[in-house]
Amino acid sequence: MFETIAFYTFAFLIISSFLVVVTSKNALYSMSALASGMIFISGLFFLLNADFLGVVQLIVYTGAVIALYAFAMIFFDTAKNVIEVNSKKMIFLLTSISAILVVFIMTAPINSDAIQALYPIHQGVGNTQDVGMVLFTKYLVPFELAAVMLLVAMIGGILMAGKKMDMLSDIEETK
Amino acid sequence: MGSMIISLEHYLLLSSILFFIGLYGVIVRKNLLMLFFATEIMLNAVNVGLVAISNYYGDLTGQMFAFFIIAIAASEVAIGLGLLVIWFKRHNTVDLDSLQSMKG
Repeated sequence: MFETIAFYTFAFLIISSFLVVVTSKNALYSMSALASGMIFISGLFFLLNADFLGVVQLIVYTGAVIALYAFAMIFFDTAKNVIEVNSKKMIFLLTSISAILVVFIMTAPINSDAIQALYPIHQGVGNTQDVGMVLFTKYLVPFELAAVMLLVAMIGGILMAGKKMDMLSDIEETK
Repeated sequence: MGSMIISLEHYLLLSSILFFIGLYGVIVRKNLLMLFFATEIMLNAVNVGLVAISNYYGDLTGQMFAFFIIAIAASEVAIGLGLLVIWFKRHNTVDLDSLQSMKG
């Protein structure tokens, strides 16, 4: 019963805050609604017994990603935002893609009755321990690759948003 | 009260609704920053679906994939926002139509 109430509450809150994200004309409202939606999604993860992922969602998304957006928005002029007038063609495209995808998503569990768990969840073991055991034995190479990718992304972000742009604009002016 | 239990289909339906909200944002928005927001929504929607399947089938693989998707999303934001800042410094706009340099 508790799970049902929690699911519907979180579902309603997530859908409404994400609808604010895609319909609001103000970028600041959009960003705040995105942050709240991310937090509610982490609540859904806790409900699904994925405690570790819920905490990662809180730290990475609402901690790092939203903070990055907030800092980036200092640069941009957030006052003027245009929302495109949605044409008939766009509506048609969206509804047809949605219909096809819904059919695929809802029929996928029917076809996978004989599914075997590759890395089964152990009863009585904490989720964090379980995730750690699989992550550092079976997924060690992808994990290290992800670490290198994050390092590359960090260096790239620093280089691109850094002071090198002044030199670039000088070159463009002299051309 | 048997119908009150939340099944996998509930989560998959929520996941697809969130995905379509993100898709709507990607199609309709003209501001590049808003496109990034819509992309984040789509990534999160997929994560919800993966974690729900992981729970209902008792398999940790879904959580692993969601974990790596979060890592990819973080690096995507760092690189994408760096490029967006460069673009804004050069052209003074984050409008999607300003990316079009060839007028056809």
